[in-house]
Amino acid sequence: LGTMAGKVKWVTDIEKSVLINNFEKRGWIQVAENEDWNFYWMSVQTIRNVFSVETGYRLSDDQIVNHFPNHYELTRKDLMVKNIKRYRKELEKEGSPLAEKDENGKYIYLDFVPVTFMLPADYNLFVEEFRKNPSSTWIMKPCGKAQGKGIFLINKLSQIKKWSRDSKTSSFVSQSSKEAYVISLYINNPLLIGGKKFDLRLYVLVSTYRPLRCYMYKLGFCRFCTVKYTPSTSELDNMFVHLTNVAIQKHGDDYNHIHGGKWTVSNLRLYLESTRGKEVTNKLFDEIHWIIVQSLKAVAPVMNNDKHCFECYGYDIIIDDKLKPWLIEVNASPSLTSSTANDRILKYNLINDTLNIAVPNGEIPDCKWNKSPPKEVLGNYEVLYDEEMAQSDGPERDPRGRSGQSMGAKGSRARDLGKPVLTTWK
Amino acid sequence: AMLDPDRGLSLTIARVVQRLQGSSLHSQLERQARVSLHKPEIKLESLKEDIKDFLKTSGWEKKLQNAVYSELNVFPLPCHPAAPPEHIKEPLAYMRKAQGSWEKRILKSLNSMCTELSIPLAQKRPVSEQKELLNKWNEMGTDEPDLSLFRPVYAPKDFLEVLMNLRNPNYENGEQPSFRNHLGLIQVPLKVKDISELKEDFSELGLNIGQLGIDDSAQVPPEFFENEHVRVGQKVLAEEDSAAAQQYVRQGCPTALRADLWALILNISNQPEDILYYEQLKSNVIQHNLLVDNLIYKDVKLTASNDDYYFVFEDYLYQVLLCFSRDTSVLEHFTYSSATPPKSYVQGKLGMEEYAVFYPPNVNYNSFILSVAPLCFLYHEPSKLYQIFREMYVRFFFRLHSISSHPSGIVSLCLLFETLLQTHLPQLFYHLREIGAQPLRISFKWMVRAFSGYLATDQLLLLWDRILGYNSLEILAVLAAAVFAFRAVNLMEVTSLAAAEAVLADLSTLKVMPLLQIFLFATVT
Repeated sequence: LGTMAGKVKWVTDIEKSVLINNFEKRGWIQVAENEDWNFYWMSVQTIRNVFSVETGYRLSDDQIVNHFPNHYELTRKDLMVKNIKRYRKELEKEGSPLAEKDENGKYIYLDFVPVTFMLPADYNLFVEEFRKNPSSTWIMKPCGKAQGKGIFLINKLSQIKKWSRDSKTSSFVSQSSKEAYVISLYINNPLLIGGKKFDLRLYVLVSTYRPLRCYMYKLGFCRFCTVKYTPSTSELDNMFVHLTNVAIQKHGDDYNHIHGGKWTVSNLRLYLESTRGKEVTNKLFDEIHWIIVQSLKAVAPVMNNDKHCFECYGYDIIIDDKLKPWLIEVNASPSLTSSTANDRILKYNLINDTLNIAVPNGEIPDCKWNKSPPKEVLGNYEVLYDEEMAQSDGPERDPRGRSGQSMGAKGSRARDLGKPVLTTWK
Repeated sequence: AMLDPDRGLSLTIARVVQRLQGSSLHSQLERQARVSLHKPEIKLESLKEDIKDFLKTSGWEKKLQNAVYSELNVFPLPCHPAAPPEHIKEPLAYMRKAQGSWEKRILKSLNSMCTELSIPLAQKRPVSEQKELLNKWNEMGTDEPDLSLFRPVYAPKDFLEVLMNLRNPNYENGEQPSFRNHLGLIQVPLKVKDISELKEDFSELGLNIGQLGIDDSAQVPPEFFENEHVRVGQKVLAEEDSAAAQQYVRQGCPTALRADLWALILNISNQPEDILYYEQLKSNVIQHNLLVDNLIYKDVKLTASNDDYYFVFEDYLYQVLLCFSRDTSVLEHFTYSSATPPKSYVQGKLGMEEYAVFYPPNVNYNSFILSVAPLCFLYHEPSKLYQIFREMYVRFFFRLHSISSHPSGIVSLCLLFETLLQTHLPQLFYHLREIGAQPLRISFKWMVRAFSGYLATDQLLLLWDRILGYNSLEILAVLAAAVFAFRAVNLMEVTSLAAAEAVLADLSTLKVMPLLQIFLFATVT
């Protein structure tokens, strides 16, 4: 029977039952923002305020929040691409084998983001690239929006004339970030299952960037488009064919309210192993883990590694028909809305396991702790990468885990120390 | 046995020869033999032996072996040379009669639906409709035909009622005391196996033998069993040996090898003529509209579209089932099935055989759908998927939908289940019976669907590995009993049928192999 004083005080500005139920089941106490709080699950707008130069305030040692101050380095489409490009160039300069390129000048191990340009800034560069492949399709995404809003596809330069005009103006004209777009090469050969396109949503928890410690939630899922996929140009406008966001699919006529068009990742694995074989399936999942870790390493140097922070990201990944995974984007605020009963259970458990790692023992946090939770509390999370462990392991590699689940359970990955041997698929 | 073994053997040989004669394998073998005449190793003096050797080394003998093995697996042994054909279908007269009445009921229901809705059983599609369907062939799931007027022809519980009312008119209650004490719903005295016989039959599931579904879990190092098992599986595939494959899969299929192993056991090789046959079925679908097509649409929508695993394959399910209902080669299995298909003709073509369409006696497509759907996880080429399904149906699944005395028939499975439960969990059985929750009322739907739609897909596939491996559906009854055993503690506490249903509503977390193993080999009897 603890006294009220010993209980974690929580605040949130996101009214979602999966959150609140988790707080209440721990016996935590709800307080208001202006009171003394220990745990604040905040929206991305709020985190901006907390850490802003004007309105921000210092967090005390017993306060934890669920975002890193400049998470947008990873979660804004344009900044993510920028950071990854920068990271690759740095590795190239160092002569790292990870930055090795093939005979066409493409990175062998680090080519996991579709070719992307910022508009209007890179308009001319984009045009050059577009002309190399005039039959290609590109996807335009507003930098600052989510849930598939404002996205459209183009296959002709004339469709984005607007941005060409603007680029001719002085570069000192400030563009409000709301109007900035990224344009990426559209993956028009996605892997189809049952003729349907899908993407992967994976949850990744980062407790610290330096040293990098991240966990992957084992229960990710595939989101299927309800309409049969066709690369035909006449269907470019039909967003139900192309976008897998549940927010968009929910309004399609075929949207089914019982299963919401989702598969578990283990289903996907079963299907791929059965139809394509074990080696290529293991390779695919290895690559997925790899690209997640690389994306985090890319932003780690610029992240404000504030010790009061942890973050649970929603990674969106598309697999093409050659079984190559592509990183599409990273979400700082993955939706906590549940579209089906199964969904609700999944998100409830996700928050539960996240809280178990971020707030050890459910007790009043001390942000100075070493952020090394014992294995028993991981729940459905698995260690994806632990930089400290990787460095202390030295040249001895642990053999790959069972059944290709080489998430580096013991924290070590040969390639991360710059070894050229990518043993899993050489 | 009424027949001496030699006579039986020669009859079997004669039958197999007759069936294989004129098959494409036969003509291929002839062609190979002729081609071999040009080879230097074939000498005139020892022509027969040399050709035989050639066929052996070139792998053609193995193909023939597989075909013979397949025939033996599928067709029952003849009981007596003078036995009339209906005895091959079903030896017991009262069973035949019951199946006949059931079929009449279904046909009557279908016909009245036709009359009510003024839709013929079969009609030719107008050309515009044909074009439309051809365009939409790969995405029939997006169609929204008005299906509200079509009702399912029957529900599983209707079928169960019929089975419950089966009686052997020659049977006197007083004669077999052990059967008189049978307290289940099935009241016909068929012979079913007991646990010691099952232990023998399913010996490869024993505690000391490696199994996929148990010994490949994350905690077990792969060196113990899994690696070697995979290696053996690859070897079996390389040898293309059906019989060896069937033996092998008793310990489970590695996921990556399963599709090929099942195809080998079912002797499906997807030759060009098979693909052509499928395309022909497809064109039949395009050209003619059958009443049952609407039932198929409705059932697929209801069943697969709402399933967490199968919804993705909705479109494949339409394709396979629409073709299946027009596939006259399926008619062959009626020689050994107790069922007889009602035949109808395309509207206006009465009596013209090329316009005949038959209706599988089970027009409750729900069960069909659930037997196709798991296969979509293994085969994504439509003609191969189709053939595998068809073969699975004519070997196994048809027995779940017709009334017969066969040990893998649904009646025997129900009786086996009830007997196992009553013998080994008598307290549970009596308790459930007392509260009006006869166990078969709950487990019937699992067995009639071979557990599809109830188990997680990977578990279902491990279960079906064993169906193929043992060439029998009895494992369904054993698993059903094992599930009850597993949840016995909770079931003892319920006080109504609804509560019992609730305890057994969700099987999606069950691991089938440990359950089976424990029930068969580790339960104190």
